[in-house]
Amino acid sequence: MSRRAIEPFLWGLFSAGGVLAALFIPVHLFLQYLAFPLGWLPAPSYEHMLALLRQPLVRIYLFALCSLALFHWAHRFRYTLYDGLQIKHITELINLFCYGGAIAGTALASYLLWTVP
Amino acid sequence: MKEAPAHTPYHPRWYRSRVSTYWWLGKWAHLKFILREISSVFVAVFVVLLLLEIWALERGPGAYAEFQRWLESPPLVALSLLSFFFVVFHAITWFSLAPRAMVVRLRGTRLPDAVIAGSNYLAWLIVSVIIGWALLGG
Amino acid sequence: MGETIELEVTRYTPERDREPSRQTYAVPLRKDWTVLDGLNHIKDREDGSLTFRWSCRMGICGSCGMMVNGEPKLTCATFLFRYAPGPVRVEPLRYFPIIRDLVVAINDFMAKLQAVKPWIIREEEKALAEGEYLQTPQQLEVYKQYSMCINCMICYAACPVYGLDPLFAGPAAIALAQRYNMDSRDQGAAERLSILSQHEGIWGCTFVGECTKVCPKQVDPAGAIQQYKLTAAKKWIQGLLMPWGAK
Repeated sequence: MSRRAIEPFLWGLFSAGGVLAALFIPVHLFLQYLAFPLGWLPAPSYEHMLALLRQPLVRIYLFALCSLALFHWAHRFRYTLYDGLQIKHITELINLFCYGGAIAGTALASYLLWTVP
Repeated sequence: MKEAPAHTPYHPRWYRSRVSTYWWLGKWAHLKFILREISSVFVAVFVVLLLLEIWALERGPGAYAEFQRWLESPPLVALSLLSFFFVVFHAITWFSLAPRAMVVRLRGTRLPDAVIAGSNYLAWLIVSVIIGWALLGG
Repeated sequence: MGETIELEVTRYTPERDREPSRQTYAVPLRKDWTVLDGLNHIKDREDGSLTFRWSCRMGICGSCGMMVNGEPKLTCATFLFRYAPGPVRVEPLRYFPIIRDLVVAINDFMAKLQAVKPWIIREEEKALAEGEYLQTPQQLEVYKQYSMCINCMICYAACPVYGLDPLFAGPAAIALAQRYNMDSRDQGAAERLSILSQHEGIWGCTFVGECTKVCPKQVDPAGAIQQYKLTAAKKWIQGLLMPWGAK
């Protein structure tokens, strides 16, 4: 795919990731990383969480959320580095760090979600 | 688009000023823009935390309990709070910007931005209730 | 009114100066005077060497765009009394090279405007005998907002992306491309997309949104660009799923 042709695709990933992040992440973050650890709400048991994680639909959902959210970050952060820091001369490095990071995260997520016991 | 902007090759005396690296500190609108873009970092932070939680779940109840204790530590709580504010900031700015990109026409007239934004907020509410219900033991 | 207000105006003479400086003038503060009236007063009565562009003085020609207290504005539409007691800083339009005093070089914008082909493109022109192209009010409404652009380049002065990367096509050029893409008489959307679907085209835009805020004609170039991105993304998917249908 030529350099030009890939930009619409990357923007599409960024948009999809942005929508998913906006709709789904706030409640997950609030419950799982604030309300439950700080005791504001009764935390679910280990068994309950594992049972949720075992369901195929949940794993597909989590994979889509993680992967697209990472590509959302990658695209936005790449442009922030361009514009905010004006360090365009290391374009290739920025692209590698951002999209490479998203790809690595996606690979990790797929491995973890595939190998649920 | 050309390889070079179409000015100043033959006019070295035209004055060109350089944009400062801190251009975004000059106006509140610019700072707000950069903060909006930085919110994506905290989206990535969430994904990292989520993957760590999944990994802990897979390693057994002991590992999961240890993960929960780690989440309670002050630096993690601070990170979670900061991430939460930025993720909510992302959601609010996203819902206000999305209608500008999506023009929905009903019988010839364009749906007002507020309708599209409103339906996004409604979806946000519904989704949050469903996930909350699932996590809280529904 | 009997009062005066001070204008701090950028002066730059390329043969003489190495960089711009500021000169202060006092102009009468009349309730119906705009910044442009103030500049014309200076040129008429105080300093005939002050150089600036203007024409219609009623917000339609797009010639008099300048920075007023750091904000890009049409000086013919910016009233002095709003800045009382002053001083009012008048500088040339930001992000463009300064030719002299308040005059900037606009060749870059002109080149970009031409590059996006802002005219009706048709595979075949209708014969004159067949009559005119007809358009319903609904079809007009789709692109009318983008046709309001007066090419004043104030959006470029507000766009940080253009400031950081002068190769960026910029808000007005892209909005004008959209004005034709969305015109029911036009058949050149694919051609313009191939020109603009690149990093210096629509993808360089990060939706800061300042262009829309400063536009004196409410064109909403930011909205035009985001819609263009969505169109390009949809076309990309179509090209992937139905390659035989592309172009």
